Amino acid sequence: MELDTELVKNIAKVARLNLTNLEIGKLKKDLSDVLEAFSKIEEVNTENVKMSIQPVKLGNALREDVPKKCLTQEQSLSQTKNKQGGYFVGPKSV
Amino acid sequence: MNLEQLNQEYHCFNIIQDLQEKEEGKLKGLKISVKDSICVKDMESAAGSKMLEGYKPVFHATAVQKVLNEGATIIGKTSQDCFGFGSFSMNTGIGFSQPLNPIDKTRVTGGSSGGSACLTKLADFDHVSFGESTGGSIACPAAYCGVVGFTPTYGRISRYGLIDYGNSLDKLGLIAKTVKQCAEVLEIVAGHDEKDSTSIDAPVDQYTKFLNKDIKGLKIGIIKESLQEGIESEVKAAFELTINKLKDKGAIVEEVSLPLTFKYGISVYYLIAMCEASTNLAKLCGIRYGAEEKPEGNFNEYFSKVRSENFNEEAKRRIILGTFARMSGFRDAYYIKAAKIRTLIINEYKELFKNYDVLVSPTMPNVAPKIEDVKKLTPLQNYMMDVLVCGPNLAGLPHISIPVGEQTLPIGFMIMGDHLQESKIIQVASEVEK
Repeated sequence: MELDTELVKNIAKVARLNLTNLEIGKLKKDLSDVLEAFSKIEEVNTENVKMSIQPVKLGNALREDVPKKCLTQEQSLSQTKNKQGGYFVGPKSV
Repeated sequence: MNLEQLNQEYHCFNIIQDLQEKEEGKLKGLKISVKDSICVKDMESAAGSKMLEGYKPVFHATAVQKVLNEGATIIGKTSQDCFGFGSFSMNTGIGFSQPLNPIDKTRVTGGSSGGSACLTKLADFDHVSFGESTGGSIACPAAYCGVVGFTPTYGRISRYGLIDYGNSLDKLGLIAKTVKQCAEVLEIVAGHDEKDSTSIDAPVDQYTKFLNKDIKGLKIGIIKESLQEGIESEVKAAFELTINKLKDKGAIVEEVSLPLTFKYGISVYYLIAMCEASTNLAKLCGIRYGAEEKPEGNFNEYFSKVRSENFNEEAKRRIILGTFARMSGFRDAYYIKAAKIRTLIINEYKELFKNYDVLVSPTMPNVAPKIEDVKKLTPLQNYMMDVLVCGPNLAGLPHISIPVGEQTLPIGFMIMGDHLQESKIIQVASEVEK
């Protein structure tokens, strides 16, 4: 499968990455090569085969619904300069 | 040993910093280095990426807390491919140094836990390193650096506090000079953890009891595809010598086949790993922790700016490919299809484990390549290097790489077991090591 410039630009937009024309050119080539090699998986018969979303069988992990100790507000805010009045400050969302 | 000096020469650390919380315990006197992607409280834990530079977790990973509770001393964070994205430790994040092979500095350490393997080889003190493997990131550098690399069953050691690469593949593991050190630390760190919903709730064996245990009558399967095209002759020779050693000790050795795994394993592994990686990295957007700027513009502009400036080339490549393979219109053909073939690959291994105690192959098809040669590889050629290690990682199987042979550049011998059969691979590994 060949990736074209428009498709790479669209994926980058979805993935929140600004790519230069140079980066787009390189990615187009690299990823087309990779996808061409990986596309051979289509020849495997997977009729009635279920997906493995984990390699081992695991059940639901549940615990008693009681409050437990969690991070304090101070700890949660400790890793950023962008904070005010006990809240994170972020970019405009609307 | 002066770690600062060592680091100037080999770049095995991102951060050198001591931490001890208890003086007594089963691991008293043991120094433990920790791959940068594993959280240590108040110690920068950046997963080797500029995107997380300066991030100091407010908690320990469960495995780190367990060794601290037993008197071990943490000595710092080891260098790696950013987020684990590489087989050679050459995809370090922007501004991070690449570790060099401890035997020959013109060669790679292997990746992504390259700093851990390099330091383990050079350390002249009692030391074990915490590594992490998604698709071979412990076995590969262990083989190239000539040390023991142990990757447990998926879920055997808690992933709590591990900076995610691919959640269904990531396993915290150990790199050490000896199998015994791996077994001793594994007894401490293995086990169920309420904080990791994918950790396995099963009893933990006394792994050290399986050291030096007779292997007479044990059934070992040699994976025939692992010895076919692309294997360097000295790797094959060292592998065959080791097989003879196991036969001499009374093991029953037969050839087995994993056709589907070897034909499709790399494609399936990379598609799943990149889909999961692109999802995981979506949370890194310049707010709350890690790289940040003054939050200006709308959220799309701000997130895109911070991410574009701080992810390196390989991270961007994996984000783009992973996002593509999950997009509407392509998802069925790539992600879903790969996850179905993963089931067939797991079944292929499970069928063999009905008749064999362990499976063996060389760890890597070659000795550590030269840095200049790796620079010439295309991304696809890079990914193909994981052909021997991606299978057990996809299937979540415990595996260990042991240095074998007497040549100058190290060669790894890999032993794989069924889920939760860590004891068996320790048993066989300790015989190989003798």
